[in-house]
Amino acid sequence: MNASNFPAFSRRGFLFGSGALVVSFSIVPHVLAQEGEVQGATPAPAEPDLPGSLGDTPSLDAWIRIEADGGITVFTGKAELGQGTKTSLRQIAAEELEVEPAAINLITADTALTPNEGYTAGSQTIQNSGTAIRYAAAQVRQILLGQASERLGVPAEQLRAEGGRVLGPGGASLGYGELVAENLLHVNADPATVLKAPDTYRVIGKPFARVDIPAKVTGGEAYVQDMRLPDMVHARVVRPPSYTASLAELDEQSIEAMPGVLAVVRDGDFLAVVAEQEFQAVQAMRALAAAARWEERAALPDQQQLASFYESSATEVGSVSSVGGEAISGAKTIEAQFMRPYQMHGSIGPSAAVAMLEDDRMTIWTHTQGVYPDRGAIAQMLAMPAENVRCIHVEGSGCYGHNGADDAAADAALIARALPGRPVRVQWMREQEHLWEPYGPGMMMRTRATLDAGGKIVDWHYDLWSNTHSTRPGSAGSLIAGRLMGRHFPQDSATLRISPLGNGDRNAIPLYEIPNQRINWHFIPDMPVRVSALRGLGAYANVYSIESFMDELALEAGADPVEFRLRHMTDPRARKVMEVTADEFGWSSDPMPERRGRGFAFAKYKNHAAYLAIAIEMEVDADTGLLRVSHVVSAVDCGEAVAPDSIINQTEGGILQSLSWTLYEAVHFNDTRVTSSDWSAYPILRFSAVPDSIDVHVVDNPGTPYLGVAEAAQGPTAGALANAFRNATGKRIYDLPYTRERVRATLGV
Amino acid sequence: MMKLDINGAIHEVEADPSTPLLYVLRNDLEMNGAKFGCGLGQCGACTVMVDGKAVFSCLVPIMLVEGRKVKTVEGLGTIDDPAPMQIAFIEEQAAQCGYCIPGMMMRAQALLESRPDASDAEIRTALEPNLCRCGTHMRILRAVQRARELMKTAAAPAANGGKA
Ligand code: FES
Ligand code: FES
Repeated sequence: MNASNFPAFSRRGFLFGSGALVVSFSIVPHVLAQEGEVQGATPAPAEPDLPGSLGDTPSLDAWIRIEADGGITVFTGKAELGQGTKTSLRQIAAEELEVEPAAINLITADTALTPNEGYTAGSQTIQNSGTAIRYAAAQVRQILLGQASERLGVPAEQLRAEGGRVLGPGGASLGYGELVAENLLHVNADPATVLKAPDTYRVIGKPFARVDIPAKVTGGEAYVQDMRLPDMVHARVVRPPSYTASLAELDEQSIEAMPGVLAVVRDGDFLAVVAEQEFQAVQAMRALAAAARWEERAALPDQQQLASFYESSATEVGSVSSVGGEAISGAKTIEAQFMRPYQMHGSIGPSAAVAMLEDDRMTIWTHTQGVYPDRGAIAQMLAMPAENVRCIHVEGSGCYGHNGADDAAADAALIARALPGRPVRVQWMREQEHLWEPYGPGMMMRTRATLDAGGKIVDWHYDLWSNTHSTRPGSAGSLIAGRLMGRHFPQDSATLRISPLGNGDRNAIPLYEIPNQRINWHFIPDMPVRVSALRGLGAYANVYSIESFMDELALEAGADPVEFRLRHMTDPRARKVMEVTADEFGWSSDPMPERRGRGFAFAKYKNHAAYLAIAIEMEVDADTGLLRVSHVVSAVDCGEAVAPDSIINQTEGGILQSLSWTLYEAVHFNDTRVTSSDWSAYPILRFSAVPDSIDVHVVDNPGTPYLGVAEAAQGPTAGALANAFRNATGKRIYDLPYTRERVRATLGV
Repeated sequence: MMKLDINGAIHEVEADPSTPLLYVLRNDLEMNGAKFGCGLGQCGACTVMVDGKAVFSCLVPIMLVEGRKVKTVEGLGTIDDPAPMQIAFIEEQAAQCGYCIPGMMMRAQALLESRPDASDAEIRTALEPNLCRCGTHMRILRAVQRARELMKTAAAPAANGGKA
């Protein structure tokens, strides 16, 4: 099995309609609105009874194809983002098709080949695509058994599928390839399809090595950055120094004369250079940047006064939850305010794409999370019919949400239009990624709660201020190139929408039993700093605030923080992950040695997905302000565990990334420009700050629905860290991040 | 025309002598292992070995590596015959997106070639210049510790063709 996800690379091979692999699909599904991320109304699923993404794409052969030679191809509209999707989805299909995962050829997101599954986001790949493939594969197996039954004249009950063949009494055996006739699988999914019982699993839940890792550790082609097409040229963009700057003056002639330079592309405020060699493009980019004069405006808010900026720019208040009575009195009321800064995705590999215009058709290789929506926005930007634009997902460096991927794809397309027939590879420079990716929005959270005499929470008020957490394409105005180019497509306007899965308000409702609640989102439509979806959306800051505040309430109630949480929790699965975490950690309320502390936190991601509890032990050096997390224990329940090692890997990753966000990260800007332009201005976690141990326990629930897991750790980790700091020092920090300066100031050193 | 010794083979490259080694590896020699991450010496994605030391190939112009031995992840082993460092990363499943991994491996390789008994703490310290955004650190540490043991066993029957 080859981990490379590049389709045929020959000059002709990747063009439209070539290759015998795939028949065309009968379905033209609507773009999925997922996750409460996409603006506008949620479309009703076409077939509400079909599980997972089958509702939007019901035809079986859109998901699974079997060739006459028995070759099996599975299609997913989801993309591999480093979360092991390619492996997990093969496991799921292999289970129901009764073959080995290695026997399956998996095609991921490609507008010419795969179903439209919207975005790969919100930890929903296994939940949506995995569920669809699971049901489709089970039904395909049953169809094959039915075919074999007819051919052999033996009742289907006496047949079984194994290793790509149907086996019957007396050594009868027919290969899957022999059984598939034309259009056999061109039928709609049947919601009544019966899945294999958990006790018969051969593949699901078993350790299975990731298919992509061997190539990645031996220098194989693995990323869009590694693509080399015949006659490919290299481009670099030159960005304005600030979001709203406009190009006042440019003399591009001297740059056009530089060695290797093929073109300077200028379209309004969009600038790029194209050269034969990559380093020539970099040198020309520098020269072009030096030659451009921009007019800038001071349009950014005062970073020292963000609280008042948020308050004054909120135009609308949405009620996220309103339960029970208004002003409830009790024994004790406390309140707090928390701040979350703008934070970066910070992919290690800057965004990149390859695009080629040939015969009025644009092909774009991109690490976007949504090939279909990206295609729509780019087609609009180029004034081309969407059918003439093909977006093919190729892996990039980990993205953690909406980073620069779509923008780089648009850059490549706009530049490629100027050089028909030549594949154009664009890669951003580090400072372009840092300065132009859309950040996770800054947020403010205010909480007020009342305890009764028995130490139970009787009243809860929670107000959050935030932009939308998604500006994904969208229209051409959601793309940097679309905004900068001469046509200056306007940015899509954002509207407040309260949805079950949440956006800025994700996880704003505590899962705890609290009889009276008022939860509001103060919506800020203006986005002077560019923002979009960052892993977890609002859940990170909301869970951080709720879990910090739960500890403050536990202190007021004189209760142990874990016991206090359990006191307010009836959901048995939530209780279970909390209990497992506390047990494995060896939780107690006993005092710790000086300057050491332990902290606990919990959340059920989106209140719909994985349950996760976490306990952290840390040490505080008051003189230097340095925090060191030494031990972490976490328990996670994401339903049936398809690939336990992948769950552990993603959870460890989420914990470490959240530690990084929480300890160090804030985007800085002055009144005109973002100033966090590289890793020294925007430091992230390095090995010296990595804990001594992280133990993740997977609480498996075979036979229960898959619950997304990739983002479950972000909020709880921040809460547990905050609570451990409080436990170690007796002081609480409310504003993220926990920088050394802030720690020292809080401790009065 | 410059002559570069990459993974034991001499390559003649026609590039401006000031070109960073990274661009020559990736484009002129079509090798994927070393990655562009920052071009600033801040992330280590581009790490390769030059005369046994880990260096940022994004910063080193090719004129400085003429006559020296450059080793990249491609020079450790292949997908069919992986070296101990590669086996260790596969066995520990030490990758999420994997973009940072070749740089991590080369920095670890440089450490273990010069200090085969490097302690766990020394491994951690050595990897400090390299960033991973996916949070794969725990597994990377475990993989390098495993590589340390595998390299010792590989080195034991002395005549091991100098591999890894
Ligand atoms: S790319 Fe060389 S250190 Fe980042
Ligand atoms: S595995 Fe993705 S950056 Fe390290």
